[in-house]
Amino acid sequence: MKEDVIICRCEDITYGEIVEAVRGGLTTTEEIKRILRCGMGPCQGRTCSRLIARIISQETGVPVAEVRFPVVRPPTRPVEIGVMAAGGPPDGNPSGGEYDED
Amino acid sequence: MKTSADCVIIGGGVVGTAVAYYLAKRGMTDCVIVEADYLSSGATGRCGGGIRQQWSTEANTRLAIESVKLFAGLEEELGADIEFLQGGYLVLAYTEEDERQFEKNVALQRVLGLDVQILSPADINEKVVPELNVDGVRMATYCAQDASANPFLTTQAYADAARRLGVTIELFTPVTKILTEGGRIAGVETTRGRISAPIVVNAAGSHSVPIAATAGIDLPIKPYRREILVTEPLERFFHPMIISFSFGIYFRQVKHGAVIGGYGDPAEPPGFNQTSSLKFLRTMSWKLSRLMPRLNTVKVVRQWAGLYDITPDAQPILGELDELPGFFQANGFSGHGFMICPKVAVLLAQAITGEEPDMDIERLSARRFADGRITQDRSVV
Repeated sequence: MKEDVIICRCEDITYGEIVEAVRGGLTTTEEIKRILRCGMGPCQGRTCSRLIARIISQETGVPVAEVRFPVVRPPTRPVEIGVMAAGGPPDGNPSGGEYDED
Repeated sequence: MKTSADCVIIGGGVVGTAVAYYLAKRGMTDCVIVEADYLSSGATGRCGGGIRQQWSTEANTRLAIESVKLFAGLEEELGADIEFLQGGYLVLAYTEEDERQFEKNVALQRVLGLDVQILSPADINEKVVPELNVDGVRMATYCAQDASANPFLTTQAYADAARRLGVTIELFTPVTKILTEGGRIAGVETTRGRISAPIVVNAAGSHSVPIAATAGIDLPIKPYRREILVTEPLERFFHPMIISFSFGIYFRQVKHGAVIGGYGDPAEPPGFNQTSSLKFLRTMSWKLSRLMPRLNTVKVVRQWAGLYDITPDAQPILGELDELPGFFQANGFSGHGFMICPKVAVLLAQAITGEEPDMDIERLSARRFADGRITQDRSVV
């Protein structure tokens, strides 16, 4: 069944769930992301956003080029906390809170 | 789009949708929410979702206790999952000043009926979070009934329930001007036309300031960027929101498994900047790595920013303005709007419909700035 096809592989969201969300009034990829989590997983929407935009276009009649895409947020790829933490805080203050200005 | 309504609410965040719901529930169903973007696109959808009752002033503590009671019944009342979880809040003290303040806070909170414990560093590991690195921690306060919920789902649940009662929601409709007539509010002008209304609620977070300015009103609110990040999901290994005012951090594990958290940079200048910074990613990673060493091998998948709408006393501005009758404010939440939203929205709905509010909201009126009656809450992170 087409309804059971997985569109968002990170969060296991199906075609049927996305169609239902669009019919329920969520007409941008940003809104679908916030309610269904499509685009919140490790791929950050690289796999599913275009597919979701096509579903929104089919359901609403808005040309696919005009369907809004989610804002791209850093980091570009998932990065380990230990890697970013290496070298201590950029401000060099071990106790946090108030920073000493250099 | 409607051209008139009994009430127009500016802002489709948790506050705007909750006010609409509680108004409709009281019979005022001819309400229109106008939202510049999509639901929870502003501060609500960018927040950490914590619901804390441990405050340093009586008024905030009471407001938070009443809000938790409402949150606890919200899934049943609104008929939707909002991921409400009473996982507690663990507040860490690193300094002598923290310790002295926390002892005062706990004494007050206990009088108000809150079940708060004072924990030694050893207690923290034994009773609450085994994996927390307590180096440098002098003590902590812990309230097991503090909570968290999903801000997107909560806003959507309020919006859906309000719609079922007859409320209209206009998305992607920025307000361009507040309309007045004969010294009273008359409605709003939007990019899609005018809506006349005898009551307008300004619940647009930091954007409430430029909106009110179109009617010549100067709200004492400044926007400050606050950054936040989220990791890949993990099996649950701790329950409470863990925060510290002196170390500067808050983080929790959401229902989905991810760890979400941030801190406020005291050097951040005011402004509408909502970009993400590498400095935040590095500093926050270092803080998480220090407090929860197991997170070293866990990946950050996303970071973003939102705006705190901060007032001079870090308390919201609530109620009708003397200078423009019919123009109600529900803004200036200063970073804790989500957690006190349910009770605040009920109180505002009571005030709008002419019911006697069941808690005093006069202390949150804009009058306090002119009169100089302001009390700072010390428990803002």
